[in-house]
Amino acid sequence: MGGTSTCWVRQLFLSSIGKKSVMAVTGLVLFGFVVGHLVGNLQVFIPDDGKKLNAYAAFLKANAGVLWGARIVLLAALLAHVGIAILLALENRGARPVAYRVKTYREASYAARTMIISGPLILLYVVYHLLHFTWGTVHPSFNHDDVYHNVITGFQQPAASAVYIVAMALLGLHLFHGLWSMCQSLGVNHPKYNALLRAGSAAVASAITIGYIAIPVAVMAKLLK
Amino acid sequence: MRITLHIWRQKGPHDAGRLVTYEVPDASPEMSFLEMLDVLNERLTAKGEEPVAFDHDCREGICGTCGVVINGIPHGPRAATTTCQLHMRSFRDGDHLTCEPWRARAFPVIRDLAVDRSAFDRIVEAGGFIGVNTGSAPDGNSIPIPKKTADLSMDAAACIGCGACVAACPNASAMLFVAAKISHLGLLPQGQPERFDRAAKMVARMDGEGFGNCTNTRECEAACPKEIGVEFIARMNRDFLRAGVADRPEKATAGGA
Repeated sequence: MGGTSTCWVRQLFLSSIGKKSVMAVTGLVLFGFVVGHLVGNLQVFIPDDGKKLNAYAAFLKANAGVLWGARIVLLAALLAHVGIAILLALENRGARPVAYRVKTYREASYAARTMIISGPLILLYVVYHLLHFTWGTVHPSFNHDDVYHNVITGFQQPAASAVYIVAMALLGLHLFHGLWSMCQSLGVNHPKYNALLRAGSAAVASAITIGYIAIPVAVMAKLLK
Repeated sequence: MRITLHIWRQKGPHDAGRLVTYEVPDASPEMSFLEMLDVLNERLTAKGEEPVAFDHDCREGICGTCGVVINGIPHGPRAATTTCQLHMRSFRDGDHLTCEPWRARAFPVIRDLAVDRSAFDRIVEAGGFIGVNTGSAPDGNSIPIPKKTADLSMDAAACIGCGACVAACPNASAMLFVAAKISHLGLLPQGQPERFDRAAKMVARMDGEGFGNCTNTRECEAACPKEIGVEFIARMNRDFLRAGVADRPEKATAGGA
C-alpha cells in the first residue's frame, strides 16, 4: 500500500471531481447536523416551560463520548468543507483571468451564484451562535443549565433575533443549491428522479429555514416566554 | 437595421485588449451574424484598418469552429444555435451588441475574437483509443445496443467541441465538454474496455489544462448549441469516482501475484 496509496488518494481528492465529491459528502454531514439540531430545538415548543428541552440538553451533556464524537466529526467536515471551498474558489477565479465586460446568466440561480458569499456568512454566524448560546459570552443572561431560559432571554433582544433570521434565510439559500448540487456532484441524476430532487431540495431548504426562524419569531411574538 | 457593435480588439495573446465601437447602419435581418461581421470587415479593409479576427469554418452549425459571446451569452440569445446559424433577425434595429471572445485561461486569445481551443484536442487525445478491430466494416447490428442507449450516446456525441460550455460557465469549467466525450463512448459496448480508465485520464488532462471546477450552475447546458445536458456531467462523475475508488492500480506491486 504505502507509497501508491497516498498517490491514488491524492490524485483522487485533489482532482476537480474529487474535490467536488468532498464538498458533497462533507455538506451531507453538515446537513445531517442541521436537521438533527432543528429537531432538538423544536422541543422548545413543547408547552412544559422547557422541561423537555432542558432534559434533552442534560442528556447530551451526560453522554459526553457521543457528544464529543459528533463534535469532532462535524468539525472535521466543516474544516474540509471550508478548506476545499477556498481552494475551489481560488482555482475558479484563476480559470478566467480576464472577466467578461458583459455577462448574462440564463440558468444559474441566485443561490448557485452566491454559494461563496452565503457560505462564509453562515460560518461567521456559527461563530456568533457559539458565543451566544454555547459559551454565553455575548448572551445577556446566560445559565449553563437552563437552555430554555437562554433561548427566551436571548431572542427577546430584537437585534439577536434579526441576526438569526437573516442567517437562517442564508442557510436556506445555501441548502437550496447545495442539496441538489450534492446529488449532481456524486452522480445522482436520473430523468425519473430529477424533478423530485429539484423540488425536494427546495422543499427541504424551505422547511429547515421556516423551522429555525419559527423560534425567534415565536419568542418575539411572546408566544414563548 | 442599424446595429452598434462593441467588439473586443486584441492584437495578440499578450496585448491587454479593449472594446472598440463600430456601426453597421445597414444590416439585413436575413444576414447571419458572421455575414454581418464579414460586411464590417470588408469596410474596415477598404478603409485600410485591420479587420476583426473571428473563428468560423462550416457556417452551417456542425463544425464547432465559430463562437462569439454576444451581450454576455456564448453564441448569442437563440437557444440551440451556433453563432454562424444566428441571424440578425434575432436582434432589433438600434441594438447595441457587445462581442467578446470565449474567456478562459485554458483558451488564450489568439487575436480579437479568435481563441486557441487546442486544450480540447489534448483532452480528447488523453482519452486514447477504443479497442475495436479496424479493417472491413463490421456487420450492421452485430453488437446489440438498446435504442435508448444508442440515442443517449448520440445525444452526447452531438458535441461539436465549440467550447460554449466553458465560455458560459462562471468558473470556465470544461466539465460538459469532457462529460460528453466520456459518455458517448462509455455508453456503448465498444467503449467498455477502456471506460473507467478513459474517464480518469481525460479528467486528469482537463484539470491540467487549467479549466475551473463545476459548481452545478447549469449555465453550460443553457449555452450548448447541441443541447447537451448536465446529466452527462453526473455520469462522468460516477465513472471518474468509480475509477478513482475501485480500479486496480496500473502496475502490479512487488510481491503481488
